[in-house]
Amino acid sequence: MSATPLLQIARLTKSFGSNQVLKSVDLDVTAGEVVTVIGPSGGGKTTLLRCVNFLEAYDGGSIKIDGREVGYVDNAGGRKRGEVDLAAMRAETGMVFQSFNLFPHLTAEQNVMLGLQRVRKKPLKEAQEIARHWLDRVGLAHKTKSLPYELSGGQQQRVGIARAVAMDPKILLLDEITSALDPELVNEVLDVVRKLATDGMTMLIVTHEIAFARDASHRIIFMTDGSVSAHGKPDELMAQVASNERLRNFLSRFSAATH
Amino acid sequence: MAQLIDAIVYAIPYLMSGLGMTLLVSLIVVVLSLVAGVVLGVGLIYGPLSLRWLIRLLTDSIRGIPILVLIFAVYYGLPPLGLNLSSFWAAVLALTLFKTAQVIEYTRGAVSSIPRGQMEAAKSIGLIFGQRLRYVIFPQATRRFLPPWVNGVTDAVKGSALVSLLGVVDLMQAINQVIGRTYEPMPLYLLGAVMYFAINYSLSSLSRVLERRYAYIKE
Ligand SMILES: Nc1ncnc2c1ncn2[C@@H]1O[C@H](COP(=O)(O)OP(=O)(O)O)[C@@H](O)[C@H]1O
Ligand SMILES: [Mg+2]
Repeated sequence: MSATPLLQIARLTKSFGSNQVLKSVDLDVTAGEVVTVIGPSGGGKTTLLRCVNFLEAYDGGSIKIDGREVGYVDNAGGRKRGEVDLAAMRAETGMVFQSFNLFPHLTAEQNVMLGLQRVRKKPLKEAQEIARHWLDRVGLAHKTKSLPYELSGGQQQRVGIARAVAMDPKILLLDEITSALDPELVNEVLDVVRKLATDGMTMLIVTHEIAFARDASHRIIFMTDGSVSAHGKPDELMAQVASNERLRNFLSRFSAATH
Repeated sequence: MAQLIDAIVYAIPYLMSGLGMTLLVSLIVVVLSLVAGVVLGVGLIYGPLSLRWLIRLLTDSIRGIPILVLIFAVYYGLPPLGLNLSSFWAAVLALTLFKTAQVIEYTRGAVSSIPRGQMEAAKSIGLIFGQRLRYVIFPQATRRFLPPWVNGVTDAVKGSALVSLLGVVDLMQAINQVIGRTYEPMPLYLLGAVMYFAINYSLSSLSRVLERRYAYIKE
């Protein structure tokens, strides 16, 4: 029995001016699946995630979440959804940013509570309970009242994750969430993501942490120059190294840089 | 000396009512320009291209005209267009236009200093536009908006003296009228200066308190 994928991306295209950044990308993510996107920088990975959250309007093809077209009423390039509808769809997709983007004027707890109160319309008490629950889950029960500048990068990113998952999204999008961190802080953040994966959170992850991608994801997508160049289960993908030169180059350059 | 005190005692009631007018004009100008300036400033950043051009045109024109000319342009220019304003409202309108152009700039400066990622994070948790401004952008922008704006308020109080040119009896005009009757210019101008200073000193003290209150965001 094959369930309809939660996220269906088909023939997705996106250009910035004359620069076509996404060239017909196809990608499905089923509920409970963890899919990782790897590839050289400039390949369109960030743009892909941003399109799924409609932070970027795409030009052609389709992105569907639970069968509903993201951002557009009918199809790409057509009429855009209204502000309220768009916001409601975005609330279904959590996003964690490379640069954290915490709200600097709000405490850790308030960062998590904002969407719960204003979007999910939870009363203060309940919003606070949910926020504390998630901050506890990411190991920050003792930092609920801290402002972002009082936290380390790793702690800030864990608040960023708590803020996204507390909204109970259908899918979580993570864009190189450890790239801005000092090396010794990377693992505390990846551990949180591993835990979410174990709990069955559906995730689409862009990362340069190849080891993490191999052991934490169900499938890996290798993206170059705006299209999917290889994909499969981690071991299937690794088996393509011999036949796919770009993948081989990417992985070898990668291991040369990290070892 | 006694003569001087007599002159001041005689003048006080007139100056007080003039002061009342100065405060009233300043208050109306400050409130209207704050509302209009913030709305148009937000339009200048987030509005569609045509709206942005329109607002740019408005602010550039207003800023290119000396305020004196603006006041007379509104006073003498609107009646032929079929809009008859009293000298009070003509003066208030001209000062408000002038101030609004400034508030638009302060708003643009303050809001565009907030990193893009803030708006994106706010979008990604599902806040709608008004909520993103209210809960995410404005609280952060306020800190940058306040210092120039409060300075601008003291400018508005000082600038309101220009309404006397249209015969509105504000503090400045009251001083001139009393001098016309008593022929004691120096003590009266001094007294007037003290009154303007008292208002503006309180305002700038208030601004320092506000700045400290909003200094909680560390970069
Ligand atoms: N807002 C933008 N405006 C113009 N070009 C952009 C914008 N965002 C990304 N690009 C371009 O799109 C290409 C893909 O970028 P990106 O999606 O960030 O790739 P990746 O995340 O794989 O490094 C790059 O050439 C980049 O310069
Ligand atoms: Mg990227």
